[in-house]
Amino acid sequence: MWFLDHAWLVPLIPAVSFAVILLFGKRMPRQGAEVGITAVAASFVLACGTLVQWIQYVNDHNGGGGALGALGRSIGRLGAEGGEAQVLPVVHHLTWFENAGVKLGVGIQIDGLAVIVMFVVTLVSLLVHVYSYEYMRGDTRFTHYYASLSLFTASMLLLVVADNTLQMLVGWELVGLCSFMLIGHWWEEKPNSDAAVKAFLTTRTGDIGLLVGVAMTYWMVDSATGHGSFNILAVNQAAANPSVSHTLVMWTALALLLAIIGKSGQFPLHTWLPDAMAGPTPVSALIHAATMVVAGVYLGARLYPVFWYGLSIGTPGHGGLNAMAVIGGITVIIGAALAFVQDDIKKVLAYSTISQLGYMVMALGVGAWTAAVFHLFTHAFFKADLFLGAGSVSHSGSHHSFDMKKDMGGLRKYMPQTFWTFIIGSLALAGIFPLAGFWSKDEILVNAGHNGYKAFLVIGAVGAFLTAAYMTRCVYLTFFGEYRGSVAHEIAEVHEAEALAEGDELIEHHLAEEQDPHFVPGFGHADDHGDAPHESNWILTAPLWVLSFLAIFAGFLNIPHSEKFEEWFQPRFGFVDVHVAKFNVIVAVVSVLIALFGVALAYGYYWKGLGPQRLSERNRLAHAGKHFLVMKYYLDVLYTDIIVGSIKGPIANAAYWVNQHLIDNVLNDAGRTAVRAGRITYDYIDQRGVDGVVNGLATVTGESGGAVRRVQTGRLQFYALLLVLAVGVFALALWIFT
Amino acid sequence: MLLNQFLFLGAFLFCTGIFGVLTRKNAVLVLMSIELMLAAVNVNLVAFGAFHNAPTDPARVVGQVFALFVLTIAAAEVGVGLAIVLLIYRNLHSADLDDADTLKG
Repeated sequence: MWFLDHAWLVPLIPAVSFAVILLFGKRMPRQGAEVGITAVAASFVLACGTLVQWIQYVNDHNGGGGALGALGRSIGRLGAEGGEAQVLPVVHHLTWFENAGVKLGVGIQIDGLAVIVMFVVTLVSLLVHVYSYEYMRGDTRFTHYYASLSLFTASMLLLVVADNTLQMLVGWELVGLCSFMLIGHWWEEKPNSDAAVKAFLTTRTGDIGLLVGVAMTYWMVDSATGHGSFNILAVNQAAANPSVSHTLVMWTALALLLAIIGKSGQFPLHTWLPDAMAGPTPVSALIHAATMVVAGVYLGARLYPVFWYGLSIGTPGHGGLNAMAVIGGITVIIGAALAFVQDDIKKVLAYSTISQLGYMVMALGVGAWTAAVFHLFTHAFFKADLFLGAGSVSHSGSHHSFDMKKDMGGLRKYMPQTFWTFIIGSLALAGIFPLAGFWSKDEILVNAGHNGYKAFLVIGAVGAFLTAAYMTRCVYLTFFGEYRGSVAHEIAEVHEAEALAEGDELIEHHLAEEQDPHFVPGFGHADDHGDAPHESNWILTAPLWVLSFLAIFAGFLNIPHSEKFEEWFQPRFGFVDVHVAKFNVIVAVVSVLIALFGVALAYGYYWKGLGPQRLSERNRLAHAGKHFLVMKYYLDVLYTDIIVGSIKGPIANAAYWVNQHLIDNVLNDAGRTAVRAGRITYDYIDQRGVDGVVNGLATVTGESGGAVRRVQTGRLQFYALLLVLAVGVFALALWIFT
Repeated sequence: MLLNQFLFLGAFLFCTGIFGVLTRKNAVLVLMSIELMLAAVNVNLVAFGAFHNAPTDPARVVGQVFALFVLTIAAAEVGVGLAIVLLIYRNLHSADLDDADTLKG
């Protein structure tokens, strides 16, 4: 139980590391990287200890461990559904401050959800810390980069272990801040700092929902028990309490849903996430794929009873729709569709992340809690794998460009390790049996169907098809075909036979490259430039292999007829009664076939040149459709030009008018009045009043001094006489008055 | 014996002292007059100590102890006073108090 009780150490260690790196990092031999890596490694070890002890803790409640026990349990569970032993979360907290009798605390609530997300966060963070050591080598703000990574890890873990919604809010805002700092890490270039500001402001729009929602959780508990609290267990119990008004629970759920939409890149606030790719690639892997963006999903999972009762998830009437599932479903499709028209490999992955986050939110919306958290778990590994793979490609293969069409292609030959790990990540993402993504995605589909949300079963299947197809396109453009990078002609000279046929075209590409505005000469590591693409060194590939390993095997944690993930990590105290559907062979086979169909279609289109090539250039309708996608559904136009623009013009003009006419007048009048008042003060008060008093005092003192000075004869006996007379007078006075 | 008799003696000594301080020109005589005033106070202290306590009360000696302190301090005071007088004489070549009027305002 030591690890469970001391889980607060897990966020504390990176927090200390942040301070140490910030203060002393620059003077250290490795510029602070060693502190960051060591600290997060320590956190990872503690998180593993917590995970193991939690599993033991759950097994103890199940009455014994071991294979026989597990067999007995599964039989017992078939017999008595819902009759499992309650497993209380481990909660510790202390009072942070107290006001008007309301205690606000900080604390930890360790349960299955917390330990599994803690494990994911610390593991991916550790790998990204190691990876960044090579990737960011020589960066001007290397130390600050590591400090921000440490702060991010600490904040994310603070959010994860939180036992009250207020503490979650603090962690939530801190990860947003770190995201802002790291997206804008190379802020010297305008697009990067714009992207950072956009990410910050867009997620902040959702954070309004979180602020309102957190305040409402307090009143929900107040209405259930008579004294308010932010405690998560209390909030979840209040949501289930029939005496709490359903309207209150519903609005709380909707406010928190807005927060999820902002943070987890859901439609229609997803627009910040692709722009966030302006940050360093390891940051995209850690923050914008594996951890921070799932904070929204985590919030949904943590306060699931609020959504369950507030949005009536358990009783899908009215055609099986609720706000959460609809938002998730829309996001699955629009994210996947946008991934098709991106040339930037990181943006493909960003839209893929949006789409996968849509799956998780949709899963929460259709009542598939376990499937959502399971998908969060597996997605973290294969998406981080893909992002780090993209980073490896740009680091060693394409001269820090992420443009698949201009600077990549044919890298399979030069970067075999990156290629294979990327393939594994792609297959896992596409949901091909038996990789991790298959198990989690399948579980979402099965549960959507089982819980009566048939429409979302179809949406999920369409999403799986699109995912498989766009990942095939991405792999094709990056690793197959001919190399199209800036040194292509040099390689072409080596391969003269091929060069004779294609030389002109390649040189054309090379010229185009130099005119490309995104191409920044000398950016990053000059030593790599001019080299042929080559494999990255082991510091970059080792994390890729670790993540690939998990992308293959993580899914087996919840394979049918064992369901360890569900057993260990699904809450069994103060939780809603979610029915977990059994594995369905038909759904599984169909979803794999759909994914394979997507792969095959894309394979035929890109490799074999089958199907209508260049359709968008010939067909007006297809062109319009593509343009609509390239313009990202005009959402950015809607936000920046229409909403912000219309507010900006009139309000700015009104503000200017108010400034010129009202505020300036007031200020000018105030100024003139002040001058006049000052003159009067000088003439009357200062010159006559104050100076008069001072001069008068001096005159009185001088004249009285002149009068008294005659007493000072200098003759000792005269003084003595005065003394005696004075004593005589006092004695007389004493005698008279007593 | 009455307390008044001792108090009259003290008052007489004190007035003599004051008269000496106010009228004598010579600094040494003024110092001697001050000694007379201190002696008057000692008489009063001893008299009050003796008359205000019962014969067996140990507090009876308090007045006498006080007088001993006054004698000691008077000796020290005379020491300082004679030293000042000596310095005045050295600087002004006179022990006449009327000549020592440098404090005149």
